[in-house]
Amino acid sequence: MMATLVPLVVLVPLLSAALTLVLGRRARPQRIVSVLALVAVLAISVALLIGVDSDGAVVVEAGGWAAPFGIVLVVDRLSALMLVVSSLVLLAVLIFSVGQGLADGDDETPVSIYHPTYLILTTGVMVAFIAGDLFNLYVGFEILLVSSYVLITLGGTASRVRAGVTYIIVSLLSSILFLAAIGMVYGALGTVNLAQVAERVQDLPLDVQILLHVMLLVAFGIKAAVFPLSFWLPDSYPSAPAPVTAVFAGLLTKIGVYAIIRVETVIFPSPELNPALMVLALLTMVVGALGAVAQADIKRILSFTLVSHIGYMILGVALGTVAGTAAAIYYIVHHIVVQTTLFLTAGLVEREAGSTSITRVGGLLASAPLVAGLFFIPALSLGGIPPFSGFIGKLALFQATAERGDALGYTLIAGGALVSLLTLYALVRVWNLAFWRPLSDVEGDETRLLRTVEEAPNSTSTLSGTRSTPRLMTLSTAGMVAVGLALTVFAGPIFGLAARAAENLDGSTAYIELVFPGSIDQPALGVGEDVP
Amino acid sequence: MTVSLVLVVVMAVLIACGVYLLLERSLTRIVLGFLLIGNGVNLLILIMGGRSGFAPIFDESIDPSDYNDPLPQALILTAIVITFAVSAFLLALIYRSWRLANADDVSDDPDDVALRKGGLAMPVEEGGSSDGDTDFPAEVTR
Repeated sequence: MMATLVPLVVLVPLLSAALTLVLGRRARPQRIVSVLALVAVLAISVALLIGVDSDGAVVVEAGGWAAPFGIVLVVDRLSALMLVVSSLVLLAVLIFSVGQGLADGDDETPVSIYHPTYLILTTGVMVAFIAGDLFNLYVGFEILLVSSYVLITLGGTASRVRAGVTYIIVSLLSSILFLAAIGMVYGALGTVNLAQVAERVQDLPLDVQILLHVMLLVAFGIKAAVFPLSFWLPDSYPSAPAPVTAVFAGLLTKIGVYAIIRVETVIFPSPELNPALMVLALLTMVVGALGAVAQADIKRILSFTLVSHIGYMILGVALGTVAGTAAAIYYIVHHIVVQTTLFLTAGLVEREAGSTSITRVGGLLASAPLVAGLFFIPALSLGGIPPFSGFIGKLALFQATAERGDALGYTLIAGGALVSLLTLYALVRVWNLAFWRPLSDVEGDETRLLRTVEEAPNSTSTLSGTRSTPRLMTLSTAGMVAVGLALTVFAGPIFGLAARAAENLDGSTAYIELVFPGSIDQPALGVGEDVP
Repeated sequence: MTVSLVLVVVMAVLIACGVYLLLERSLTRIVLGFLLIGNGVNLLILIMGGRSGFAPIFDESIDPSDYNDPLPQALILTAIVITFAVSAFLLALIYRSWRLANADDVSDDPDDVALRKGGLAMPVEEGGSSDGDTDFPAEVTR
């Protein structure tokens, strides 16, 4: 029963993508199909999570081929939890974009590719989370990246093409590095099956192990935007349409973090690189937060806080303890929800005020109190104010770090606390300027408008900025805020789940036992065996 | 593991040339660099499959260790398909970029340039976009 559900999380969005493509320009059926598909994916994921949590992980051998020869799909607690959170976020953002599309009256536009591409992105995300071997993970990454290339350049305006070029070239480079790493893993071990890699990697000389480890970390570090590989993110994310940015910011970087968790816990549980990762985590946090303070556009501020908060997750992974991994998992869940919500709110602000620059927007608390409330709660949560989920996640991370009891650990706690304050400062600045400041205080409003009209008389985008916000957009954002609050209210059970997921990831033996039950010694791939 | 030296040298040259081209500012050269590196990495996977041998079609008269390893070739096929799709998309993107800006360059991020010149400035957007993007000229705050 559970085994039949696993392939469905991939098949349902993939087939629906084909269906929406066939439906082409008929907007209403297209929307119905894609919303229904994501509801189905969410339901399947929830069923998988409940089943996996009570009965243990599910391993599916695709096509009936036995484990090291065929492709295995593995859903353990971590995978199932990520499936649920990501399908929830994907559904909320889809409803948001349907609301936006309906209000803009773009039923007749030639851009009928949004829904198919979005569903293929969903497919890629799901493949990446259930992949049981490295090459399948690579394929999952490629599916979601190729559809993200299309989504980030949607409409093909000049600014999007410019931002898209940066994003695409950087992503391509990380994919090539990942592919080269897979080639080297195969050369060294004669397999790409995660469990078998984990089993054999201990016999390698230490220098080869570290080489493979660093290759994989660099490839995933680019995707996860870990400093110094994070430069591309704030350049490319803000120019995409609001819902696209929201889903990219919430999910895509976290898939990189998920892959790093797998590498650190299953393939290389040994602690050689942990101190280096902790230093990188600190730098990611600090550099990202300082970047956020320097920006003047809400979307760019949020992009920089996204980078800085990746640092917290890397910190939890780098600790190499069960408590650290548990805190990192809870933090990922919290951050996916909260960061997506904030980007959706930025989309609402853009619609209400016609801009996301805090130098130009003002008085939103008076003119759009609902949007202000929807911004305020996730902002406090991201800044780590008690009792919200950000505080709980950070507290768990700091506790796990304090267990180390050395100078590096305490430096990281101090750095993490400082970064949390800087995040709060950046977000409070947005609050003060965009929401709290009366509109009359926005300086030089008329002159700027006049100058714009003089400089670009044909530009259509200056005055048509403010539009009424459709209820569906507000509703889906409010739904995400409610999910964020639920993460706070039900923090106990959710953290318990994260802790159980982390226990499964304590060392590689649990994962190997899962895929090859009973026997640690497995028949090897005939010819690959003569490889040293 | 015995490998062909020629293949290793070709792989190294392909990847070296590819990296050099990727560092250029012209988009066309970047695409060419990407193709070269992609093929270099495919060769890397092929080399990792070990020495050459018979096609892995079962035949009782052949000793199993004389077969070629088919798995790397399957991986390469997948990688080639992905590279093909991505390069088609990249070419379309370059064409679009050339149509829009008449330039084949990776341009600087306007926000970064504004920030480098000092102050919390907003950039001038090039080209009008239809969805209420930031279009006001630079204005220093506070």
